[in-house]
Amino acid sequence: MRLAQHMAVASDRVRATAIEATEFPDLSRAYRVMAVPKIVINDRVEFEGALPEPQFLAAVLQAAAGNGH
Amino acid sequence: MALLNARDEAEVRKQLGQIRDPVKLVVFSETLSGAADLCAQNEQLVREVAALTDKATVETLNLAIDRERAEGYGIERVPAIVVEGARDYGIRFYGVPSGYEFSNLIDSMIVASTGEPGLSEETKASLQALTIDIDIKVFSTPT
Repeated sequence: MRLAQHMAVASDRVRATAIEATEFPDLSRAYRVMAVPKIVINDRVEFEGALPEPQFLAAVLQAAAGNGH
Repeated sequence: MALLNARDEAEVRKQLGQIRDPVKLVVFSETLSGAADLCAQNEQLVREVAALTDKATVETLNLAIDRERAEGYGIERVPAIVVEGARDYGIRFYGVPSGYEFSNLIDSMIVASTGEPGLSEETKASLQALTIDIDIKVFSTPT
């Protein structure tokens, strides 16, 4: 969440939401959370585990480009 | 009973010393929902944290009653926390922030108070060039 919340401060376009997975099982199911941390960007790009800043940014840009998987 | 012990308080107070400008923690609860206990715990935690700095204020809202405010913030579930600095930067917490997320709550208050993200110039430039909205969800667990 740390990188995500700093990104939110850096850009008006970015919103960062931390979700406590066990308190929201419906969301965890909907987003197929099997391991944490799990990051989902614009519901289209996702990854598990902490990524260094450049790779996290690449995921954000991938989501922004609309070519996620 | 306090959620933060004396040692936690001392550590958090030290970290919150980095807050520069005022921050506001907007807490959403729903007393009649199944999440009432978690909402009460969340509200208590936020109040205990805010009491450790003179630069944080707390506003508590009810998801069922303060619907316009909830919509404005895009809050759909409880317990929830919005961390605001000079403006709403889009930082949200769903669920009681404990463990790792507790550290992030404190960090979010500090970065919201300065408006200065700890990111490289290259990252900041890329983010400022975004032309569509980006929603980042970070799922975690307390341990």
